[in-house]
Amino acid sequence: MENKLSGFGLDPTGVERRTFLEEGESSPKQSLYSLSLSASLYLACFHLLSLKLGFILLLLSIYKMDLDLSAPHSTGTTIIGVTYNGGVVLGADSRTSTGMYVANRASDKITELTDNVYVCRSGSAADTQVISDYVRYFLHQHTIQLGQPATVKVAANLVRLLSYQNKNMLQAGVIVGGWDKYEGGQIYSVPLGGTILRQPFSIGGSGSSYLYGFFDQAWKEDMTHEEAEQLVVKAASLAMARDGASGGVVRTVTINAEGVTRKFYGGDTLPLWHDELEPTNSLLDLLSSSVPEPMST
Amino acid sequence: MVKMTDLPTKGGFSFDLCTRNQMLLDKGVQMPPFRKTGTTIVGLVFQDGVVLGADTRATEGPIVADKNCEKIHFMAPNIYCCGAGTAADTEAVTDMVSSQLQLHRYATGRESRVVTALTLLKSHLFSYQGHVSAALVLGGVDVTGPHLHTVYPHGSTDTLPFATMGSGSLAAMSVFESKYREGLTREEGIELVAEAICAGIFNDLGSGSNVDVCVITKGQTEYLRNYQLPNPRTYISSKGYSFVKGQTEVLSTKITPIQSKVQTVEGGDAMEE
Repeated sequence: MENKLSGFGLDPTGVERRTFLEEGESSPKQSLYSLSLSASLYLACFHLLSLKLGFILLLLSIYKMDLDLSAPHSTGTTIIGVTYNGGVVLGADSRTSTGMYVANRASDKITELTDNVYVCRSGSAADTQVISDYVRYFLHQHTIQLGQPATVKVAANLVRLLSYQNKNMLQAGVIVGGWDKYEGGQIYSVPLGGTILRQPFSIGGSGSSYLYGFFDQAWKEDMTHEEAEQLVVKAASLAMARDGASGGVVRTVTINAEGVTRKFYGGDTLPLWHDELEPTNSLLDLLSSSVPEPMST
Repeated sequence: MVKMTDLPTKGGFSFDLCTRNQMLLDKGVQMPPFRKTGTTIVGLVFQDGVVLGADTRATEGPIVADKNCEKIHFMAPNIYCCGAGTAADTEAVTDMVSSQLQLHRYATGRESRVVTALTLLKSHLFSYQGHVSAALVLGGVDVTGPHLHTVYPHGSTDTLPFATMGSGSLAAMSVFESKYREGLTREEGIELVAEAICAGIFNDLGSGSNVDVCVITKGQTEYLRNYQLPNPRTYISSKGYSFVKGQTEVLSTKITPIQSKVQTVEGGDAMEE
C-alpha cells in the first residue's frame, strides 16, 4: 500500500520525510529550496493569508504571453466557512482559472468528505482534488473501523497531515467544516504549509484579502441559520466584485444535525456593489429582434 | 554516512531528467520540436447522450505533420476521449487506460463507467505532475447516464455540460457559450459541435483540416470520421501529373544482385521433450 500511495507523488505516511531527517544528510540545494519556499510561503501567509495564484502567474508570465493556457489549473478563489448556532455554513465562488482564462465558470469547490464533513478547496485544483480523494478514502476506512460517523476534527487532521508532510509539493489551502454530535458545528482552517486552526469563522483563497475587514465588522456569535447564510453570500459577492480570480456563482452548503443542504445563488440574484452595472442584453439583440412597424395607410 | 544515491528508491516518478532538461534550456540548448496536437477538441451533453468533436491537424512546431490525424480515441465501447497536447502523450495515456478498462471489464463482468476512466486518467497524470502533457475531453454513456469531463495535464478534472480544450478552445467556447442550451436533439448537437470545431479550424493556427464527430448514446456509438471536410485541396491540375521515363536525369548506375542464402539441413535433431 505504501508503494502504491507513494507512487502518486504524495507521501501519506511521512516515512520518506522522517528517514530523510534521521540520516542527517540533506542536499544543501534541496534544503535551501525548501527553506526559501516555506519562508516565502509563511511570509505570504503572514502578510496576506491569500492564495493569489492567478496573480503570481500573471507576474511570471509578463515576459511571456498574457494567456497561458498551459498554466496549472488553479482555483484562484474565495472560500468562506462560518459557524452558527446549530451547525456551519460553507460558501465558495465558482471560478477555476488557467492563467488568465476561465477554464470552468461553474465549478463546485465545496467537496464532500463524509455525510457530515465538507471541505472548501482553494489553490491548485489538481492538488486539492487529490487530497480530497485521499481523505475521503481514509475517512471511509476510519468510519468502518470506528463504527460511527467520523468527527470533524479527525477529518481536518487527516487533511492537515497530508498537507504538512507534503508541503514542498502541494499548493492547497482548504477550509474543513462539518457537524458531529460531540462538538456540534466546527470550522477548521488548513492553509498553505499545513497549519490547523479551529476558528468560529474562516476565509481563504485570493478573494479573502478583501474580506478581513468586512468580517471583523459583520461577524457575531450565535447567529441564526438565515443570518449566517446571508453573511456568507454577501461576503462572497463582495469578494467576487473585487477579485479578478473569483467570480461566477455562489454555492453554499449548510451542515447541521438534520443533515446537509446545498444552495445555489446565480449571478443575477447577487447584490450589486459600488460601480457594478445592471446586466443588460446586448443592443444587437434588441436591434435585430425589433419587429418592423406594420405599414399603415 | 549514507549518500543520497544509495538510498533505496521509494517509488514514484523520478524527476532527475526534468531538472536536467531545465538546466539545458537555461544554457540555451533548443529542445527538438515534438509533435503536438495544437488543437480544438469539444464535447457536449445532449438529451440522449454526448457528442464529441475534434479537428484533424497535428503540428511539429510550425509544420503540419499530419493533415488528417485521429484525435478521438477509443476507451471503451461506450466511452471515447479527445486528446490535446503532445500527440505521443495523449495516445499513450488513452491506450493505457483503455487496456486497464478492458481488464476491469473482464474482472467485474460489467460495462465500464466514465468515472472509472476519469479516476484512472487523473491519478496517472497527477503522479507525473503535469509533465505528461495530455489535456483530454472524456465523454461517454453508462448505466448512470451521460457524462462529460475535462482532464488537465496536472491531474485536475471538471464535470461540465459542454467543454472545449486545446489551442482553439477559446474560439470553440465562444460558439458554445452563445448557442448551447439544455435538451438539444441529436442533430442540433452534431450541428453545434461541428460549428464549434470549424470556429477553431478557421480562427486558430494550431487547428485545421477536417472535423471528426463521435456521438455516444445508450447502447450505441457512432464515430463519424471526417464528418465535414471544409478544407479541400483546390488547385489540382486537371491534366494530371505524368512521370515519363527520361524526365529525371540519371547521374550514375550501380547494380548489386541479391544473393540468397538457403541452408538445407539433412536429418537434423529430433525435438525432445
